[in-house]
Amino acid sequence: MRFALVGRPNCGKSTLFNQVAGYKAETGNFHGTTVSITESKVRAGGQIFELVDLPGTYTLTGSNPAERVTKDYLDNNQVDVIINVVDSTFLPQSLELTLELLKYDVPILLAMNMMDEVVRYGMKIDGPGLGSELGLKTVPLIASKGRGVKGLFLEAIKLVGSPVEINSRFGAFEDDPFSRHKAASELAKKFTLQTDRQLSLRDRADDILLHPVWGNLTLALILFLFFQGVYGVGKLIEPPMLEFFESIITQIEGYIGSENIVGVIVTGLLQGVMAGFAIVLPYLFPFLIGLGLLEDIGYLPRIAFLMDSLMHRIGLHGKAIVPFILGYGCNVPAIMSTRTLEQGRDRFIAAALSTLVPCSARLVVVFGLVAFYMGPMWALGMYLLNLFVIALTGRFLSMLLPETSPGMILEMPPYRIPTFKSVMNKAWFRVKEFMIEAWPLLIIGSGIMAILIFYDLAKYFDILVRPITWMLGLPEELGVPMIFGVLRKELSLVMLTQALGTADYGSVLTYNQMFTFTIFIIFFIPCVATMMMIKKELGTKQMYAITGLTFLIAMVVGLISRLVGDLF
Amino acid sequence: MKIQLNELGENRSAKIVSFSGGKKLLDRMLQHGIYPGDKLILKRTAPMRGPYLIEIDGREIILGRMIANKIIVEIEE
Repeated sequence: MRFALVGRPNCGKSTLFNQVAGYKAETGNFHGTTVSITESKVRAGGQIFELVDLPGTYTLTGSNPAERVTKDYLDNNQVDVIINVVDSTFLPQSLELTLELLKYDVPILLAMNMMDEVVRYGMKIDGPGLGSELGLKTVPLIASKGRGVKGLFLEAIKLVGSPVEINSRFGAFEDDPFSRHKAASELAKKFTLQTDRQLSLRDRADDILLHPVWGNLTLALILFLFFQGVYGVGKLIEPPMLEFFESIITQIEGYIGSENIVGVIVTGLLQGVMAGFAIVLPYLFPFLIGLGLLEDIGYLPRIAFLMDSLMHRIGLHGKAIVPFILGYGCNVPAIMSTRTLEQGRDRFIAAALSTLVPCSARLVVVFGLVAFYMGPMWALGMYLLNLFVIALTGRFLSMLLPETSPGMILEMPPYRIPTFKSVMNKAWFRVKEFMIEAWPLLIIGSGIMAILIFYDLAKYFDILVRPITWMLGLPEELGVPMIFGVLRKELSLVMLTQALGTADYGSVLTYNQMFTFTIFIIFFIPCVATMMMIKKELGTKQMYAITGLTFLIAMVVGLISRLVGDLF
Repeated sequence: MKIQLNELGENRSAKIVSFSGGKKLLDRMLQHGIYPGDKLILKRTAPMRGPYLIEIDGREIILGRMIANKIIVEIEE
């Protein structure tokens, strides 16, 4: 048995999916959070079935790749029931897709989501009436609170194999969007009773948050608090954690000894474990909580609105802010989210620029090195410098590839109160990704580094990149951490301990060297995972182009940083 | 009276008449559920050639300035 969740963007498909499948699909109060297919075996109502979460789409004609994914899936796969998730607060537009879905010879279950919002908007919807008019089954749903979920799947199971009997009046406008639009809005009108809507604080918030002056000030303030919050929490946890692990490592060294290969490998591996606990997680977790909050509240589209005119200056438009913001978490989903952009040129520039965004792995290097030793203001400065370089690169790229798209069309979702569960689950989901995919690499990398040093092999790797370290005025021991940074950017920091022979980097590196090294790490070559994603989304040629570009930028900015630093 | 959307003042409503941008723009608008004949309210405009925020049937949509300029609306007196 296979059920497919289909609906317009941001109608809550992934929220519903996560309710029954555990947290497996990314959610956010933003259009097009889901850009790929997530499938899961689910047990509900005493049965086990396949549940598929498809990317949100307005129509089945598909203008961007994310929308085509949904159409292709429905065209080519056997689905037993289509669960059409509908945002009941926007019934007229939602029903257009419903009418279009009628062409599939598959039973459709209409899940009327966001019924709590409907009440807040002062609306009354006659779901059963609507259902019998169309010849479909309808169920009310509040996916975010898990209400109606079980009933929904019980209904879906009942529908399996049942004959498809739709009202023939609605079967006819497969290819005529105009009559579909008209029929949908008439349907919605017929079954919705609009009473007085009570304006609440939430409706008034945009008067300030989208205001030309106050809006931008609030945005700056929010980002500043976000930054300070992450730094504050991380700084609180990092030193005691480091101390704790170092005392353990010293004890173990005492047992095995630090002069034999076994001891060296064990210590190396443990240092990798320590790096995850003490250096990465203290910054990563608060960052992800903050990002999740902003996403679920629905603030990201507001940023798109505020930033649109600025983004045009770097050859993009406001919608492309999403890859940027996601990029601060991880560049891989950022590259993936460029799918929601309609033009190929926009996708390329957005992908190129978002690989320059310091992801949380690089955040760790910035905080662990620059902020920790030089102070938080230097870290903030580095982020501003990074933004400046991104803007410059954007201008340069849009000179090569002139802007052709007329601009953005983006739905502004209402503010929603994020649930604790959803924000925590989302952060945990992303932390888990780090633990499964990156942490083992960190541990192994740290172990390899220890072996390289024990057998005095690191110098051969160092020689490979000596031209770079020499030009940037860095000690040659930084060569290996630099090379391994291509695998995972955190490695560049983690391997320093071994490379420099001390965890107190301040005693061996000058501020200038720290800053230049970090700048170089931020810009040079996206990590392997990002490169693979660029290749998948945009093609091999683009991947090499972006990789070469980032290396060039890293060299130029690194050199400038070194030379300016030498002046003082 | 038919005017371009950018000539409509903030918080005023009008009916969409057409899009002056050929088939491609029309398709894009339809895909986002914006149809000629729909009533819209211009809720906000951002300075410095920033975007417009319109409302159709209670649904808020951000439109880039270039797109907004291509929407022809009719004010109903």
